[in-house]
Amino acid sequence: MIKVQDLHKKFGDNEVLKGINCEIQAQEVVCVIGPSGSGKSTFLRCLNMLESITSGDVTVDGHNLKDPKTNINMVRTEVGMVFQQFNLFPHKTVIENIMLAPEKVRKISRDEARERGLKLLDKVGLSEKADQYPSSLSGGQQQRVAIARALAMEPKLMLFDEPTSALDPELVGEVLEVMKQLALEGMTMVVVTHEMGFAREVADRVLFMDEGIIMEEGKPEQIFSKPTSERTKEFLNKVL
Amino acid sequence: MEGRFNWAGVIEFLPELGTGLYYTLLISIVGLIIGFILGAIFGLGRISKNKIFYSITSVYIEIIRGTPVLVQAIWIFFALPLITGFNMASVTAGIVVIAINSGAYIAEIVRGAVQSIEKGQVEAGRSLGLTHNQTMRYIVWPQAFKRMIPPLGNQFIISIKDTSLLSVILVPELMFQGRLIASNHFNAVEIYTTVAVFYLFITLTLSYVLRIIERRLDVQ
Repeated sequence: MIKVQDLHKKFGDNEVLKGINCEIQAQEVVCVIGPSGSGKSTFLRCLNMLESITSGDVTVDGHNLKDPKTNINMVRTEVGMVFQQFNLFPHKTVIENIMLAPEKVRKISRDEARERGLKLLDKVGLSEKADQYPSSLSGGQQQRVAIARALAMEPKLMLFDEPTSALDPELVGEVLEVMKQLALEGMTMVVVTHEMGFAREVADRVLFMDEGIIMEEGKPEQIFSKPTSERTKEFLNKVL
Repeated sequence: MEGRFNWAGVIEFLPELGTGLYYTLLISIVGLIIGFILGAIFGLGRISKNKIFYSITSVYIEIIRGTPVLVQAIWIFFALPLITGFNMASVTAGIVVIAINSGAYIAEIVRGAVQSIEKGQVEAGRSLGLTHNQTMRYIVWPQAFKRMIPPLGNQFIISIKDTSLLSVILVPELMFQGRLIASNHFNAVEIYTTVAVFYLFITLTLSYVLRIIERRLDVQ
């Protein structure tokens, strides 16, 4: 589903990604962990070209993102993204947030988009909030709407950029629950997270990033129980 | 002091002042509509990545902001025809002055409002597969527009008051009529007071309407 080869990313003179290589299979759930500033979010954002690629190759669902012939908007329709700050559209109601892209990009009818939206709201447990504005929702509810909004495009792959980091602790669970459900349904997911419990329980594979490279990767039990790299051990000691 | 000012006599001049009011409103409305369109285009130019568009916009804004409206009006009415050989009616020239002058300020208002929309909004739109234009149209612009209304109201009021300067290029607007009447009938106090009240009436009405619009748009 995703193939990353020697990915480098520079912001000016600051090299944030220093050669990332990895492959992610369909239906795989991959959690990316690591200290802040390690490049995890930048790496994730390169996967749908929210950040341009300085050098290297990223192939998503068979499309090489650097190929000028690749229509990035089309690729993005297959790649859902959930942000740390939710980024719901404040001037639109919950259901309008969800309906916008299916209507304007997928060109499905209003009724169909609404029906699809309501189904997804039901799935994330928020059907009764359809006609409210995002500002009247709690952070956890907003993030669940954001997940529903991404799912409305029926993506093949979902990217999560620290989806619970901006939430009050008591609201984290409801969002992780929705994500877990999604993982069980076989969605391909790349999740940048600080929730080690979630990574351990749900991930098929964990990538530990530090200083712009993938230091270590493996099954969660291996990474969390017997990490091989010193950096991984040090990091896990601090967060667990 | 009784009877020193003949306030009742103002009624006699209401037809002329009415004509003045008509031109003041005509020039304000048409000028500001065109000014808003110019402002929207050049406001986007100011944030455009296209260097040529950006440069043209910046030069336009700097020239207009850096020179007085009075100079702009006189230049367009008296100097421009000498260059182009094409004479403009004073009312047309007045509309052009208000349009290009307000356009420059509105461009800055548009730029500020668009840039004030959080980057995450654009990213959310683009990540859903919306094109740049769709993201601007459905996500950025509606939110930016709401933030533009208070400064836009300010600019509208400034431009309406600026139309009084157009009397120097012989636009038959309110101030022009007032000066004409006062110099012929020696009733400066009555006439200029009435003229001031007329301006106040226009600007207060506009403030009131804008406040209603602001409240309407803030329903959420």
